[in-house]
Amino acid sequence: MNSLVFAVLALGGMALLAGVALAIATRVFHVEGNPVAEQIDHLLPQTQCGQCGYPGCTPYANAVADGSADVNHCVPGGERTMRAIADLMGVEPKAVEEAAAEPMVAFIREDECIGCTLCIKACPVDAIIGAPKHYHTVIADHCTGCNLCLEPCPVDCIDMLIKPELLEHWSWPLPDTERARTGLKRRSQHAQAA
Amino acid sequence: MTEFALILVSAVLVNNYVLSKFLGICPFLGVSGKTETAIGMSFAVMFVMTLAACASWLVQQFVLVPLHLEYLQTIFFILIIAALVQFVEMVIHKSSPVLYQGLGIYLPLITTNCAVLGVALLNVQQDFSFFSSALYGFGAALGFALVLVLFSGLRERLAAAPVPAAFKGSPITLITAGMMSLAFLGFSGLVKV
Repeated sequence: MNSLVFAVLALGGMALLAGVALAIATRVFHVEGNPVAEQIDHLLPQTQCGQCGYPGCTPYANAVADGSADVNHCVPGGERTMRAIADLMGVEPKAVEEAAAEPMVAFIREDECIGCTLCIKACPVDAIIGAPKHYHTVIADHCTGCNLCLEPCPVDCIDMLIKPELLEHWSWPLPDTERARTGLKRRSQHAQAA
Repeated sequence: MTEFALILVSAVLVNNYVLSKFLGICPFLGVSGKTETAIGMSFAVMFVMTLAACASWLVQQFVLVPLHLEYLQTIFFILIIAALVQFVEMVIHKSSPVLYQGLGIYLPLITTNCAVLGVALLNVQQDFSFFSSALYGFGAALGFALVLVLFSGLRERLAAAPVPAAFKGSPITLITAGMMSLAFLGFSGLVKV
């Protein structure tokens, strides 16, 4: 009985010692990540779409933080993200580089979809729903228009459509950007129609 | 001096951990896909095994033997090695980013690798002195590294070889490992330890 208590105490004591040593070591040897890069990473949409030319959101955040990349390469994040990053970095906001001037959304022509699930796997924001051998469809609200689902589709049944500008997503565009011009065009068309 | 040389040769070639004792097969098969990762892993293993051999010897001599708790060897060694590797990882992360880039990702992988634990336990069984056990740990790791790098070279060639469909992937890898083990059996008459 005595030796049993002894064994438990010895092992427990050793474990406690190791635990305390490790806890102290985490404090003493704590490595600061780049705090700016971390903040930028938090601002990015984490879609890991690669449209900025970097292999993910964190590499892009690092590149912005050390000044080797501009603030305006994040396409899914759009203007809001760009402004937040520009604020953080203390630089002038620039128009977001967009291949398409207008926000796009993916649309699956369901009668052509063969239910192969390849686009579901490609979607970085899980905006495509469906099951094997069932039609897939896009949740338009979640789609960032990153085009990543176009490539894997074996039957090319995905279209990129212009995203309707919904009230809940709307914000004033920066003056003299592509988006401001688009908005102006839309409003003038609307006025003509009315 | 001859004793130390014998320990080294025995640990590297004759009683090779992977091919004769069949310890540490998991990293042997897992990390041997590319020579580059195999080399990184090898250095990490060398580092950890030598450290583990020293630490376990100290624990055995100064904690377990005085308290008559030799039957708790295994669990004590697991505890000590795991804590030690974590600690070393933190120190490397802080002090040398370059070394951390090279070893860092492999260190947690081998925290409680059975080969590392095997070194600690066999050291105790063989009643080595402190220096001998450190050398034995280093030798065992050297043997592991040798086999891992050789095997990764073989696997890189195998990737391009016309392997029959039924043997593609894991089967041919295991067969190759078996052949290597057979070849290493040739060393068995070299040293008796």
